[in-house]
Amino acid sequence: MKRLRPSVQVLPYLLVAPAVIILTVFYLYPILYNIYLSFFTWNMRGPMKFAGLSNYAELFSGRDFLHTLLNTLLYMVMDVGLVMVLAMGLALFLQKNTPLNRFIQTLSFTPNIISLVSVSLIWMWLMNTDTGLFNYLLSVLGAAPVGWLTDKDVALFSLVLVSVWKSVGFNALIICSALGSIPGYLYEAAALDNASKRSVFFQITLKMISPTLFFLILMNIIGSFQVFETINIMTQGGPSNATNTLIFSIYKQSFEYYRVGYASAMAVVLMGIVGLITIFYFKALNKRVHYR
Amino acid sequence: MRVWLRLPGAGLRIIISVLLIVIFLMPFYWMILTAFKTLGEVLRMPPKFWVDSLQWQNFRDAFTRINFLHYTRNSLIITLGTMIGQLVVVVPAAYAFARYQFKGKNALFGIVLATMMIPGQLIFLPIFVMFAKSGLLNTYVSLIVPFIASGTAIFMLRQTFMQVPDSQLEAARLDNASEFRIIYTIMMPAAVPTLSTLALLTFIGTWNSYFFPLVWTTTDAVRTLPLGIQKLQDVEGLSPQIVMAGNMMLIVPILLVFLIARKQIIKAFTYMGVK
Repeated sequence: MKRLRPSVQVLPYLLVAPAVIILTVFYLYPILYNIYLSFFTWNMRGPMKFAGLSNYAELFSGRDFLHTLLNTLLYMVMDVGLVMVLAMGLALFLQKNTPLNRFIQTLSFTPNIISLVSVSLIWMWLMNTDTGLFNYLLSVLGAAPVGWLTDKDVALFSLVLVSVWKSVGFNALIICSALGSIPGYLYEAAALDNASKRSVFFQITLKMISPTLFFLILMNIIGSFQVFETINIMTQGGPSNATNTLIFSIYKQSFEYYRVGYASAMAVVLMGIVGLITIFYFKALNKRVHYR
Repeated sequence: MRVWLRLPGAGLRIIISVLLIVIFLMPFYWMILTAFKTLGEVLRMPPKFWVDSLQWQNFRDAFTRINFLHYTRNSLIITLGTMIGQLVVVVPAAYAFARYQFKGKNALFGIVLATMMIPGQLIFLPIFVMFAKSGLLNTYVSLIVPFIASGTAIFMLRQTFMQVPDSQLEAARLDNASEFRIIYTIMMPAAVPTLSTLALLTFIGTWNSYFFPLVWTTTDAVRTLPLGIQKLQDVEGLSPQIVMAGNMMLIVPILLVFLIARKQIIKAFTYMGVK
């Protein structure tokens, strides 16, 4: 039996208090404060003016926000799609546990622990239009140089490439460990049934790792909404706003144009989108995905 | 039998392997190569894939063009401060959530879990305003305290603490050990693998952090090394060899940690991914 000392009643609260207070002050309260700020116009210096819903009205009537939202969605679709497909391929390729495969696995994971600042600077140098390695290799192949970061039709895709390079190894690692945990008897049973390799892949492999894939897709979607470092360092949202995404736009509206209310309204909308995706994810998960 | 569709033949496998190695190694190789070149070699077309003489002064230049020591010191203070602060805040909380029944426990734990879903990038602005109003702008506190109550850390550590056998706890309580002693002599030794995993993840995350030091500061006073290196790009952008030398100095500490604790880091990331 637990010995009840007088302190025992208070103690657990004392133990959790610091953590709960910090989480409340730096996570929960700021969400409410953000919503509050979105109803005002304020430039951080002067007085705050109540503005009702006018920040939201401006968001949805102007072109800028919709363009930014579209960029964000475009980035998300390209990023998540490429990362998932390539990670799946990489994981299947590396399945056999050989020294070479382990080496490639570690190598592909390395970019994931490197600061995005470093990664951005390296790729910016590789993608330099005049002196970059990429355009040199293209010229060796006889192709015309590409304005990786200066052509408005290419720049967003270039940022996607950097993101894919950084995160594909991590995603492959997770898929690999999911593949490794599929019980072998399933494959043996399928072999006895003379199942085709295609149906083994779709009926067993894909089905068994579907919770992991779903989880990764969600993490990648939410991560892609947060893209900031590569934009701020490599393109500054340009050329002609082609790489201006939501978080970067919130940052610019806040610290360049000092429009706190407008930026807050944008953050509220993004929060809503992320919230909806999370809810949708859990709904879909309950219905569709195979659980062990 | 882990075969699907048709595995590529040995020849194709080797080609793909080489390609993968090049894809993941080339950017690093190019950074290192550039860091040791002269400006003339850097701008030369076609580029050289090797250097004849190593230009060590690129590193000295990177070191002096920005106040490298100042940024490094800030990075160390903030990284160590976050790691220690996390230990102080997270361990007791995880212990209470794992080992006590108390009113409101589920609601409080719900707060912990909810914060794991909120991307911090969405609420940097209200927190910036809070810091500005309370005079905390450009202080170490503003870059340490928000991160020491990590929901993920509490969650992971709670799982570990729950697995410590009851009998050990009962014995300690019969001996009238204080709660502090129980945490210190029973719980923490049992959780050493989880604690070191958390320490590694926090080190990597904080050392690499760029967004929050950028948006929550207005001067260089407490800015960290990643911001310093970006400043190097701003002032020395036309000398890529100096920027890449500075970049190398930012990467090397983290690469050393990765080389030493590779297995554990990969395990930690896998745990976070499949949880």
